[in-house]
Amino acid sequence: MDAIGWGTILLTLLLRFWPVWLALVLTFAVSARYRRRLGLYGRLFDSTIGMVGFGLVMFWVFTALFSDLIVTHDVLSQISQMKNKPPGSAVPDGTAWYLLGGDHLGRDVFSRMVAGSRIVIAIAPLATLFAFMAGITLGLPAGYYGGRLDTVLSFLANLILAFPVILLFYLLVTPEIAATGLPQYLAIVLFLFPLVFLAVLVNSRYYVTPAFRTKVLAVILVLGGYIYLALVGEAGTKVALLPEAADIIHVPGNILIVFVSVVFVNAPTVFRIVRGITLDIKTRDYVAAAQTRGERPWYIMLWEILPNARGPLIVDFCLRIGYTTILLGTLGFFGLGLSPESPDWGSTINAGRKLLTIAPHPAIVPAIALMSMVLGLNLLADGLREESLKD
Amino acid sequence: MALFLMRRVLTMVLTALCLTFVVFFLTNLPPNLEKLAKSEAGSRISDAEVASWLEKNGHGRPLLVRYGEWLGVVPGWTREEDGKATGRCLTPGVDPAEAPRFCGVLQGNWGYSSFFKAPVGEKLRYHLSLTGVLMFWVIVLMVPASLLIGVLAGMREGSKLDRSLSTFSIASTATPEYVSGVILIFVFASSAVGLKWFKGTATAAMDGVTFDNFFLPVLTIALYGVGYIARMTRASMTEVMTAQYIRTARLKGVSFGGVVMKHALRNALIAPFTVIMLQFPWLLNGVVIVETLFNYKGFGWTLVQAAGNNDIQLLLGCSVVAVAVVLVTQLISDVGYVFLNPRIRIS
Repeated sequence: MDAIGWGTILLTLLLRFWPVWLALVLTFAVSARYRRRLGLYGRLFDSTIGMVGFGLVMFWVFTALFSDLIVTHDVLSQISQMKNKPPGSAVPDGTAWYLLGGDHLGRDVFSRMVAGSRIVIAIAPLATLFAFMAGITLGLPAGYYGGRLDTVLSFLANLILAFPVILLFYLLVTPEIAATGLPQYLAIVLFLFPLVFLAVLVNSRYYVTPAFRTKVLAVILVLGGYIYLALVGEAGTKVALLPEAADIIHVPGNILIVFVSVVFVNAPTVFRIVRGITLDIKTRDYVAAAQTRGERPWYIMLWEILPNARGPLIVDFCLRIGYTTILLGTLGFFGLGLSPESPDWGSTINAGRKLLTIAPHPAIVPAIALMSMVLGLNLLADGLREESLKD
Repeated sequence: MALFLMRRVLTMVLTALCLTFVVFFLTNLPPNLEKLAKSEAGSRISDAEVASWLEKNGHGRPLLVRYGEWLGVVPGWTREEDGKATGRCLTPGVDPAEAPRFCGVLQGNWGYSSFFKAPVGEKLRYHLSLTGVLMFWVIVLMVPASLLIGVLAGMREGSKLDRSLSTFSIASTATPEYVSGVILIFVFASSAVGLKWFKGTATAAMDGVTFDNFFLPVLTIALYGVGYIARMTRASMTEVMTAQYIRTARLKGVSFGGVVMKHALRNALIAPFTVIMLQFPWLLNGVVIVETLFNYKGFGWTLVQAAGNNDIQLLLGCSVVAVAVVLVTQLISDVGYVFLNPRIRIS
């Protein structure tokens, strides 16, 4: 079988992504139909920039979801004749093509790029969410109470922020540090915040109906506590909290380290944003009204201040997912954390950059993928900001 | 003002102490020390030999004492063995009685790099000077470009020029250095496109900077920063352009260009100053990535080598420099902001 030209390559690529196009069309059709009833999300479809950004982001989300349907080859299988082959080359047995060429080990660049989206989509939003939980849980009281609590927490946050990110990564994500169990101890602290956040959220809202509150709290604590223990601990490491039989969630060690360090880097910035907004909002009349009503501090923080701070927080959330994606890529670029076999975009860029002047496609393809996703998130944030400022 | 400055400097020193201690702790964990012992004394030594090597070289003492020694506030360790004195501050051939008691970072003794086999201070000075050249050209390119883009975009909010420049800014902040670097090398230096205007590595630039071996790394770092500073400049410019005194000047009959140059620009450039100063820590990130990508042996490259080869002393030296850069730029941005903006009162 002969190699195919660029026209055919593009056409085949478009066809390979059919589940994504289908899902995208469905999402846009449904959302545009009911946009008047969908609040801020619906108004996103009024701004071109927001729509383009949303489209780009959802493209990668659906690609990650349907990646098993889209890939043309196994991400790890190597065909030695296909090393550094240009896009559109046919594999030796003549059954298929390497649509975007082969990398330095003879693996399919296209399939690896598609499979890599899954790692990014799985880690980046979740890590950002955890960072937000930690930042909100600490930022609200720091801004609301002020005083010594604020001084100490702000100093700690500035301490982490003054650390150059790369240095921090090199210090946290090395095998020697991992062997001491330090990332797992960090996970113990950082993963506690979502649990605390949810518990306090429910407790402050339903404090007046104790029977209902106790039920919900029990569910959250038992279920969340179990997930927490299973996530943090791993039998056979320094932190073995659950016996192996009861531990159903197995996070590969290096993924946990990467996850923890990304949360650790992001949380102080979220803390500073939340604290700043809280300082502003707590002077409003509705907070004074709630105080006069005799509401408890945590109720005011979580149910009066937080909902009114959602606009800037949602915008920052989008931007921060993009930033987390960049951080994940940086980790991969320096070969930290994730295994070199992993198809994530940072690692593939790192592997491809050595032969950049001769065979650039193994590095260019994931580079453009990463750029388009971060660009999508930035445009989405811009659209959201514009729309949320309108009222 | 003096009180404000003093408090800021005090916090800064405290932060620096905390940070260097954290780095010291993380680089001196038992596994790191064991690896160091094995690389210095032979990889097949037993656990007991590792322990005795560490003891002999002053690594066996409490962490705080070792940190104090490294900092230069605790006297360096000494050891008598077979009538021969060894110690942290003793150099072979110098009489032990005359050697200084303290020798740490504060005394200018940065230790000895185990990977490069050279004093850390000397090594850092050389590589930092290389990075200084890189940073200088980045600033020369980045600051005027971003201010120009920001001012042009913010001059007439919502115009076509504003839309296209803003989109460019967003795109540039969405492109991290390792992506833009790869794409720039692909377009301008690879044989696949065939332009070959510039060189894909900056190794030659260490001996002499020329346009074709240095433009791509400089552009790569600058691009990531341009978008952010331009957006901040645009925001402050649009705010200034809606102010009353601008309207008055326009009604008075001053031309649009005159208003922008004489009235708006000065006031619009206060906010970007802080942003530019706070960009320095980010530039540090970019420097590490770009120096690795373009194989330019500056500070970032040294940091990667030190971290990758368990070179504890050199890594500590690098982190001191990095932390100092971050803290000093924060201080300058705070103080500068107060100077530039007389409306801010500090007490």
